[in-house]
Amino acid sequence: MQVTSRNFKENSSKALKDDDLRVALNRVKTGFTTARATAASELPEFEELRNKSRDIKNDVLENLDYYLEYFEEKVLAQGGHVHWCSNATEAKAAILKICRDADAKTVTKGKSMITEEIALNKFLAAEGIEPIETDLGEYIIQLADEPPSHIIGPAVHKTKEQVTELFYEHHQKYGYTERQEDPEKLVGEARAVLRHKYVTADVGITGANFLVAETGSTVIVTNEGNGDLTQSLPKTHIVVASLEKIIPTLEDVSTVMRVLARSATGQEMSVYTTFSTGPKRSADIDGPENFHVVLLDGGRTEMLGTELEELLRCIRCGACMNHCPVYHAVGGHSYGWVYPGPIGAALNPQMVGLEEARHLPNASTFCGRCEEVCPVHIPLPKILRHWREKAFEQQIGPKPERWGIELWGFFAKRPTLYRLVTGIAARVLTKIAGRRGRIKSLPLMGGWTSVRDLPAPQGATFMAQWKKSGRGTQK
Amino acid sequence: MEEIGAGDTKMNSREKILGRIRSQKGRGPLDPHKAAELKAKIEGHKRNIIPKRAQIPAAAQVDLFQQKMEALLATVERVEKASDIPARVQDYLTRQNFAARIKISPSPQLMDLGWETIPTLEVVTGAGAEEDEVGISPAFAGIAETGTLMMASGPETPSTVNFLPENHIAILDVAQMMGSYEEAWDSLRDHIGETGMPRTVNLISGPSRTADIEQRLIMGAHGPKTLHVILVGDGT
Amino acid sequence: MSEKPGTVEVALFVTCLVDINRPSVGFAAVKLLEETGCRVVVPDTQTCCGQPAYNSGDRKSTKQIAADVIKAFKGFRYVVVPSGSCAGMITKHYPELFKDDPDLLLDAQDLAARTYELVSFLKDVRGFKPEGVKLDRKITYHDSCANLREMKVVDQPRALMNHIDGLELVEAEDREACCGFGGTFCIKYSEISEEMVDRKIDNILATKADMLAAGDLGCLMNIAGRLYRKGHDIKVLHIAEILADMSDGPGLGEERR
Repeated sequence: MQVTSRNFKENSSKALKDDDLRVALNRVKTGFTTARATAASELPEFEELRNKSRDIKNDVLENLDYYLEYFEEKVLAQGGHVHWCSNATEAKAAILKICRDADAKTVTKGKSMITEEIALNKFLAAEGIEPIETDLGEYIIQLADEPPSHIIGPAVHKTKEQVTELFYEHHQKYGYTERQEDPEKLVGEARAVLRHKYVTADVGITGANFLVAETGSTVIVTNEGNGDLTQSLPKTHIVVASLEKIIPTLEDVSTVMRVLARSATGQEMSVYTTFSTGPKRSADIDGPENFHVVLLDGGRTEMLGTELEELLRCIRCGACMNHCPVYHAVGGHSYGWVYPGPIGAALNPQMVGLEEARHLPNASTFCGRCEEVCPVHIPLPKILRHWREKAFEQQIGPKPERWGIELWGFFAKRPTLYRLVTGIAARVLTKIAGRRGRIKSLPLMGGWTSVRDLPAPQGATFMAQWKKSGRGTQK
Repeated sequence: MEEIGAGDTKMNSREKILGRIRSQKGRGPLDPHKAAELKAKIEGHKRNIIPKRAQIPAAAQVDLFQQKMEALLATVERVEKASDIPARVQDYLTRQNFAARIKISPSPQLMDLGWETIPTLEVVTGAGAEEDEVGISPAFAGIAETGTLMMASGPETPSTVNFLPENHIAILDVAQMMGSYEEAWDSLRDHIGETGMPRTVNLISGPSRTADIEQRLIMGAHGPKTLHVILVGDGT
Repeated sequence: MSEKPGTVEVALFVTCLVDINRPSVGFAAVKLLEETGCRVVVPDTQTCCGQPAYNSGDRKSTKQIAADVIKAFKGFRYVVVPSGSCAGMITKHYPELFKDDPDLLLDAQDLAARTYELVSFLKDVRGFKPEGVKLDRKITYHDSCANLREMKVVDQPRALMNHIDGLELVEAEDREACCGFGGTFCIKYSEISEEMVDRKIDNILATKADMLAAGDLGCLMNIAGRLYRKGHDIKVLHIAEILADMSDGPGLGEERR
């Protein structure tokens, strides 16, 4: 997708004025947060499971090469193929080759953030292969030609009325000529349209929530069942996954599964968790004849052994954005790249460059709620701070902001001068406010006073009054 | 050797990725001792934390399973013996106003139930198909912890029966009721022996649903609109 | 309390916002600490905890400022801060800042171990409860993110307010949500901050409370400033002022009498 992270402020300004989006984001805020809290409270072992999940992922990252090779061996033993790809270009080339070998005209797709990351749909379409998203949310935004605005609810920003119009416009060719207003009927219509696509597609592409080293299995988690139809009906199944998705054993997957859906939607389990291992066996009467795993690095190995390594524990549950007040305010599209919310703000500077994404780590109050709910304890605020430090070092960002901080730092390091300056500032501000007790607008403080009054100081500073009172200042 | 070219690039990326992992970690390939330790860990199938709610007596597991499944908007009924199934299925189809035609997995466990005692019922054996209104398949295990079915694919249990029909009926012998996922994995390992995982293992917790339109819960997104579980026997 | 009055020495870290904007919070803190038998000292070389630099990515300045704070507060048995945010900076982030600097790390850890947020210090360390304080108000309490998550100061202010005669506490919806202050965030991303503070205000107004308190002046300035901008009349005070029976004066942004 086209990166617009640079325009975060403009994007969010527009988002804040979008009334439909406000309603949609409010639903995210209340719906997901309540559901997660309930699910967590109903499982006494939840915190213990979060800690264990973190440990499992840490072990994976420590020994990633070993687990990947183990996984590969198991996939090969079951008759599947593994394609190692350093970057998006290699991954797209590998996928295209498989599609060509299958003589593919249409490809059905399960929900996959990695294919968003490598912009696979546009690529396939340009190569004359029609990609069809089958997750309802992904299908909706594909029709709207938009990127996802949430990693587990790609169309959370869309209203029912917008879906009605999209289906009315795009489903006439299938004989659905009436506008459907009822969500149930809308889902029914998408179901009917897509059902036939599953059966006729040449290739099915899914992502993976986990890759199991022990068995060489790839795992997808869905509520709709679209991923299962996508991967079991076409002759060829391609799994596109980034390499940190590895989990050592089925026991470890079971542990992480227990925190995934609870953190994401507040379900105890998603409806369908599907383990796929190799192509169909010789005696099987259904299933794909070819099974390919496209393993994407995409900049991840460079994060190992650095401050960013902990981001690779992410299991893409979306809890951080579900609980983020900034996401609740601006929605997913404002972030300007595939991953929105706190995980996006932490990850995107690495993926698209700090210069491009510099706003994202800055647009946070460090409220810490994301880290509090992250099932694998990723210290997101710490990583956002890391990016701010990098930006400061590299002098990325507006100069005046930097000068302001440097000037303030200059005084803060010199107590006597600091006293003098703060004393003057307090008196001046008190005077400006007069009896009103607050200031409505102030030069150089437009960022504050454009939104709120400035409660005025009370006169002399505390330190000045304390000194005057002659009370203790030393041990 | 002829096979340079594409294969060569592939090999290169593999080596490059593994090389980057190792250099970022400041080491070469794992030393044999560490590798052996990891191998033993993978093959040891050591369990992590099992929620207390899963560690309950068999009868309580069946009750928990039913309670969880029903909360997930599936329906559950219990029958004493397998031979009761055809009549119960017929009743269910009538209640739901479904057509008297079923697709069943080509498994003797289902085929030999005595469907001929219900002459009005058309019974078709095979994989799932677009036109099926009702599919019936045997579950490998039940997992009480979250009200989850484990379905294992194979020649007699094509996974499409679980997904393509508009409605799904799963048959579960309560002797195969487990408390946790981990117990079910062990049971599956015993069952498959050295052949490795079946092509597809489905963990199913309720009928298909979506909340992608304004977060309203709508049943029957792509998979079955309804899920009916028939629990067979008392586990003895 | 076992010690004789005045025998327990407490150094007050005033914080830059209290120093400049609302000294009455500092004096309320002093009054409260003295009521629990502490002798209060205010080291005059203190300035700020360094958060503005820290949150702007200026690690070098932050470390210099932190080193000054460590020095200014060396040797005091207790250091008390009337702000969850600044207390969090000292207790959680100073040790992290000096993790690669063995000399200062020990000092930073030592300061962190001696530093307390005011309300939790009063309640948990000094066993304080307000006596003879009367306030006929319906109040709602805002949990600052630092008090809520970093310092875990949530129950203490509520428990202490419970001892105030006539004070009725009504909890707002969505207590876990940030008010949108975030230091320089509210200036750099003022539109987003506006949306956040408006949601916060909606929830505050819904309680029908006529008074708002919190343990962090930054949040209070943000919320009070927005309340006034939108024409709402709710008296906004720091929790220390309420506990110290100093609620009579004008609240944040309120007209002087």
